Amino acid sequence: MEPQANFSRPRLEHDHSLLLLREMVRIRRFEEKCAELYSAAKIRGFLHLYIGEEAVAVGAMQALQPDDAIVATYREHGHALVRGVSAASILAEMYGKQEGCSRGRGGSMHLFDAATRFYGGNAIVGGGLPLAIGLALADKMQARSRVTACFFGEGAVAEGEFHECMNLAALWKLPALFCCENNLYAMGTALKRSESEIDLCLKATSYEIPAWPVDGMDVAACEEAAHRAVEAVRAGGGPYFLEFRTYRFRAHSMFDPQLYRDKREVEEWKKRDPILMFQARMQESGLLHDDDLKQIEEDVAAEIAKAIEFAEAGTWEPVEDLTKFVYSERKQS
Amino acid sequence: MTATAKTVRITYREAMRQAIREALLRDPRVFLMGEDVGRYGGCYAVSKGLLEEFGPERIRDTPLSESAFVGAGIGAAMGGMRPIVEIMTVNFSLLALDQIVNNAATILHMSGGQFNIPVVIRMTTGAGRQLAAQHSHSLEGWYAHIPGIKVLAPATLEDARGMLWTALEDPDPVLIFEHGMLYNMEGELAADAGAVGIDKAAVRRSGTDVSLITYGGTLGKTLQAAEELARAGINAEVVDLRTLRPLDSETILESVTRTHRTVIIDEGWRSGSISAEISARIMEGAFYELDVPVARICSAEAPTPYAKHLEEAAVPRVSTIVETVTGMVGARG
Amino acid sequence: MPALGADMEAGTIIEWLVKPGDAVRRGDIIAVVDTEKATIEVEVFETGVIQNIVVGKGEKVPIGTVLALIRTDGEAVLPPTEIKPKPVAAPPPIPPRPPTPPRIEKPPLAEVPPITPHRLRVSPLAMRAALDLKVDLSTVKGTGPDGAIIKADIERAAKAAVAAPPATPAHPTAPAVEAAVTPAPSAPSAEGPKLVPPRKPTIAPADRQAAMRKAIAAAMAHSKREIPHYYLGAHIDMSRAMTWLQAENLKRMVTERLLYSVLLLKAVALAVREIPEMNGFWTDGAFKPGAAIHVGVAISLRQGGLIAPAIHDVDKKSLDQIMVNLRDLVKRVRAGVLRSSEIADATITVTSLGEQGVEAVFGIIYPPQVALVGFGKIAERPWAFNGMIGARPVAMASLAADHRASDGHRGALFLAAIDRLLQEPEKL
Repeated sequence: MEPQANFSRPRLEHDHSLLLLREMVRIRRFEEKCAELYSAAKIRGFLHLYIGEEAVAVGAMQALQPDDAIVATYREHGHALVRGVSAASILAEMYGKQEGCSRGRGGSMHLFDAATRFYGGNAIVGGGLPLAIGLALADKMQARSRVTACFFGEGAVAEGEFHECMNLAALWKLPALFCCENNLYAMGTALKRSESEIDLCLKATSYEIPAWPVDGMDVAACEEAAHRAVEAVRAGGGPYFLEFRTYRFRAHSMFDPQLYRDKREVEEWKKRDPILMFQARMQESGLLHDDDLKQIEEDVAAEIAKAIEFAEAGTWEPVEDLTKFVYSERKQS
Repeated sequence: MTATAKTVRITYREAMRQAIREALLRDPRVFLMGEDVGRYGGCYAVSKGLLEEFGPERIRDTPLSESAFVGAGIGAAMGGMRPIVEIMTVNFSLLALDQIVNNAATILHMSGGQFNIPVVIRMTTGAGRQLAAQHSHSLEGWYAHIPGIKVLAPATLEDARGMLWTALEDPDPVLIFEHGMLYNMEGELAADAGAVGIDKAAVRRSGTDVSLITYGGTLGKTLQAAEELARAGINAEVVDLRTLRPLDSETILESVTRTHRTVIIDEGWRSGSISAEISARIMEGAFYELDVPVARICSAEAPTPYAKHLEEAAVPRVSTIVETVTGMVGARG
Repeated sequence: MPALGADMEAGTIIEWLVKPGDAVRRGDIIAVVDTEKATIEVEVFETGVIQNIVVGKGEKVPIGTVLALIRTDGEAVLPPTEIKPKPVAAPPPIPPRPPTPPRIEKPPLAEVPPITPHRLRVSPLAMRAALDLKVDLSTVKGTGPDGAIIKADIERAAKAAVAAPPATPAHPTAPAVEAAVTPAPSAPSAEGPKLVPPRKPTIAPADRQAAMRKAIAAAMAHSKREIPHYYLGAHIDMSRAMTWLQAENLKRMVTERLLYSVLLLKAVALAVREIPEMNGFWTDGAFKPGAAIHVGVAISLRQGGLIAPAIHDVDKKSLDQIMVNLRDLVKRVRAGVLRSSEIADATITVTSLGEQGVEAVFGIIYPPQVALVGFGKIAERPWAFNGMIGARPVAMASLAADHRASDGHRGALFLAAIDRLLQEPEKL
């Protein structure tokens, strides 16, 4: 299926390039800081870092409008940051403070933000897909031209829910964009050990959903692909599927000795670090000025320091409020 | 009893259909989604004729994908619609347990109060038609275990007609369990019957000697038993729970305080059932009012068998209720 | 030691990849740590020079423990890292607990619910009704499930009680053992043990009272006149006995709980084995040691008067058996149904006035017995033990003994034996 011809090609001029770079650096430094804070036991539970995959979230988000919806996984800090959830409220959430975006209720895996239509943060692999097609269904039934972008890892492709949702979305022509972040490992299981057919796009097209692979380490490619797909979806063409081929440089979560992959493989992929590659490209094109990177790092460091301050100063939700929001608060009928 | 100007003769099935129809007419956000609800007219003929009246957008046939379409209902509810999701029977709802328990029940709390999920999920439940073990479960008590959802068991025509609208207006997920043996139940219903409350139990028959507490499909048997007991000089009070979560402790305890004897009749299996919960609450709240231990009549601890005599023996029976109460109260006359 | 997982509490350094003096950069792996589940590499978040290693190879430390000090460039001695992990230390050492006095439990005497033979069951509703209507549960026949007493049974009993004059006055909340008002046998005759005919319900209560008082008076006078009493007292630390009793009773259903007095009875019975001159009869000018140890228990009657029937072979019975016997005795005492052997057979008697608040009992021996052991109330007293002062629950045990059968020295040993036995309640 041919994508529409009149998509807007992302322009690699200075400002926009700088934006892409800045966002990736922001995510990178934020995630690194999270690793540190987790080691210091400030962040507890599970922590899944996005380091190495930044280009996907940054690129894909460029194609979405403010009133589009996003459903993501437990590896969603980057998505939330780019979407516009503040670093401060994300960090406070991970500290468990009530100033966090989910009131401290969810932690790292359950970031929610109504203002930016960020529907989590889901800890069940594949569990977000039905929610996403439901949101898309609501938009279609209310004749809205909104798109729901659903991010999930390649591990979800093994779950029944993935197949049910592909089928239903295509059958009902729902305005959903399925963004599969294929980092080759579902926790400790390599894709080729869990899927008889490892061509993920083939799986999507078998449901009559247009699909194509994208270099997930190239932020410009991610953005371009996302733009094309989103415009097609928004125009009523039904769902689209993008396979972002990427790699996580760190373990699945903080506690993971990574026995399942070779250190050399990691080092190979690190050579394709999306930030370094884009930086080099910008420099080659003369788009990166001397002070730009330094400024970015300074700004990002300051933002993160402020976020830590905010989180540290945050308060604990009173225990008496534990059962608040189990049900909605309403007047007695 | 003959129909008067103020009442109509109607079946439980028709009452439920009227309720759905009224909802579709009153609120454009309402739509019905499930297997065979459209072309087939509904497995139990509840939605017969609705497709013709409201069209395929609002009466949506789904593929056999419980997880996807229940999750889609949840997502659509988050996205501004008021879906009625019909799961053919509680037996198939197990395929959607992840969506119900991990999404519908949690998102409001987990997001810190940001996202309501005003979805209504209807399912048929219960045994009695020789459909064997995989088609005869009564799991509403199990669902009543989960905070974050509400569980209803309409047992009368008024409730079949009136609970749905109130459930749709509720900002939180509501599960409605319709016992399969009730659909053909016929009787008189007020011509202007409308919405009813969903948070209180109802005393269907006043009595002084024993409180018979039940819900759903066993209400009829319990009332029948009460009639027999009356002929033997025992005046039984029958309490219809109507809602399993939240349980109306007040009405239950008030009844037990008056009669000092209780039998709970529950088609679920005894172990860890809703009858156990009720018994515990009675012990906690009315211990000093008890003249005899609380008795429970539940289904036999076995998968429901196909053979008629075995199935009959497996579920609560009128004779068992009468025997239990007689033994409890002693010979009267 | 970094927190590297949701359930990691401590880690062991397997290997240090750097040594003091090495330069490190943020992100470098500087050590390898073993946790319960796996081996993990530890990265450093600072750039600088390793100053010294604090936790060595092979050491297991909780998360948050400082592992090494790093000097960031240009500085002299600095605090280790910017982030000070909250020291998740081992729980603070428990300071030695000062000797806390064991809580004085009122002897279970006062806590026993209305006496019901343990086979009987009473519904909570019926229990309340019994209290309200002042019905003695031991007189009620249950018609509820498994013979349980239900409200209707109480109501029936209350009606019946109004209709007929009661054989013995009914009281639903009498404690199991009532302390003796004065130790006096119920035997009307002063010459020796005699059968006490069971009270005939036809005798009017007032007459019966008078007769009993007269009999007691005669017996007391005779005893004091004839028996050369000597008296000894000893304070006994009851803390072990009370603590043990509390613990034992938690394992029992309410209807099967042991009364404190059961411990006393058993201790006396076992002490008697060591000092047999306390157990037996003085008849015909000589002491006849008892063939067995039947301990008389002084029980006062509500309408006045005293009786001290025996529990047989107390030394051979378990505490539970003694409890059953005692409960049964009390019930029958109130119903006025005792066997002659129970009246006549006591070889030594025990009386307890602790419930009445009396500290010591110096009683009068029931002839022809030769000893009466009394127990006063348990009260918290200062107690010195191992050179430290504390408060302990202490009761005074007293011995009134017949100086013809024993002397003070033996009496003292007897009391000492009782004390010793009560210090090891688990062996009773």
